[in-house]
Amino acid sequence: MAEPVGLFTDTSICIGCKACEVACKEWNQLPGNEPQFRDSFDNTGQLDAQNWRHVKFIERMPEENMTVGNGQAWLMMSDICKHCTHASCLEVCPTHAIVRTEFDSVFIQQEACNGCRACIGACPYGAIGFNEDTGTVHKCTMCYDRLQNNMTPACAKVCPTQSIQFGKLADLKDKADARLATLQRQGNSKAQLYGRDDKIYGGLGAFFLLMDKPEVYGLPDKQNAVLPRRNNAGGYLGALLTAAVALFAGAIALRRNGSPAPEETQTVDRSTDG
Amino acid sequence: MAEHFVQAPQWHWYILFYFFLAGLAGGSYTLATMLRLFGADRDQAIARMGFLIAFPLAVICGILLTVDLGQPFRFWHMLVNTTPGEGGPSFKYWSPISLGSWVLLLYSIFTFVSFLEALRNRTSRASAGVRVFNVIGSILALFIASYTGVVLSVSNQPVWSDTWTLGALFLASALSGSAALLSWFAESRSETNGTKRRLLKADGYFALLELALIVMFFLTLAGAGTLSVALAGPWSIIWILVLGSLMLPIAALFRNRKAYDRATDATMRLGPAGSFALIVIAGIFLMRLAIIFSAQSS
Repeated sequence: MAEPVGLFTDTSICIGCKACEVACKEWNQLPGNEPQFRDSFDNTGQLDAQNWRHVKFIERMPEENMTVGNGQAWLMMSDICKHCTHASCLEVCPTHAIVRTEFDSVFIQQEACNGCRACIGACPYGAIGFNEDTGTVHKCTMCYDRLQNNMTPACAKVCPTQSIQFGKLADLKDKADARLATLQRQGNSKAQLYGRDDKIYGGLGAFFLLMDKPEVYGLPDKQNAVLPRRNNAGGYLGALLTAAVALFAGAIALRRNGSPAPEETQTVDRSTDG
Repeated sequence: MAEHFVQAPQWHWYILFYFFLAGLAGGSYTLATMLRLFGADRDQAIARMGFLIAFPLAVICGILLTVDLGQPFRFWHMLVNTTPGEGGPSFKYWSPISLGSWVLLLYSIFTFVSFLEALRNRTSRASAGVRVFNVIGSILALFIASYTGVVLSVSNQPVWSDTWTLGALFLASALSGSAALLSWFAESRSETNGTKRRLLKADGYFALLELALIVMFFLTLAGAGTLSVALAGPWSIIWILVLGSLMLPIAALFRNRKAYDRATDATMRLGPAGSFALIVIAGIFLMRLAIIFSAQSS
């Protein structure tokens, strides 16, 4: 297995140019959706089968007149599949179509996917979309074909500010730590790394430097970064207890000498024979 | 409070009808087995009906699941690992869809054998061997009737993943709907009047259980902060109808003559004698509708 590689997205220097979106579509031959004219600079909307990179524009216009220190109008974040170490999509996929590659990225085998869409409901980041034309689900592959040829993923290659960086995960973590220290020295107390350590899904193959809390960017915090399988035990146990109670009650009701009293018989007959 | 940033899997009408019919298939087989084990000779005609309907319902379930896939001709990928270099069976016990695919296959075989047995055996009571076979089939039937709720919960969707009650709720409602359905069949013959009464009594117990689980469902959602999603817009009206449909079997159980007469008088105006069963079955359908669609429309 090759050394794990990944993407580090530093949102503090994202300028919202969307070059990453364009490069991703070009390389992966994604025709894209019809443009959406929204009340925002964001005309992509969300990650889906056509958008494997999505530059989020989080508008935070100050309520009072702008003064020094409160002029931050937007947070921008180039969003992507997080290639989680503990991936919800991979966990629920019943066909083994979603696999972990030799680069530690998460990849959907198009030939194996049968379009059940369980992964869409499981991905906590909304990173997977269903394509009606192919009948399968799609998401970022971290440019698996480029990785196999020792090339940088298209989004990182094209990013003009190096907000998106590609490399060995260990190296990227060092860079992220250094950048965070710089920002905190400059007084950005809310700056934080997301997915750099194992608290979020065991660590993310695509991790971020954020300028505010994760939920501001539409990312679950560590309390909410939970795997679908957590509900297996409760779900089955609840059903098992219900089955036990129902079978007991059913046996009482259906046993051959368990007929209702004449009074009830009369009532029920009135209702159903009518 | 739970936070969700997930997208909807677009599980709509095929899945709704699958969940609905899987409940009736599983519930009918289970109740038919119970009538065989605990019932009188006169009950065996309705037990036979239960086995006769379970198999076609299971077949329809398989078809619905298949046509819902984006690639229906790859339905067998649920059972066979097609990853190059791996192969072999595709089985993940922690994925309810994977587990359910195998159990549904196995259950279909059981319902098919029981279907043939019910066709052949018109009058006599089943042998001990057949009863054991039915008991094993009932375990699979109970799984089929309930695992669909667990499929929803094992996700990160709002509502679905915020409660442990869905598997239990789907099971209780499946048994209630199946008891109503079989009581409807029993209604057409005078010799099965006793069977009908016992099925209606069982329905009352199942409806009580379902009501308790609906309360638990709402409480768990309130704790997670997603109750407003489940009750948004039209869904609150659907839930009122669901609760209304439960009142009929519960009123019958408690011999509340006044409430029961009022309810049955109202249903009689709908026409068919099976309106009691229709209302109960409509209730379990609407409950699944509200749960499946509300979470995906948030």
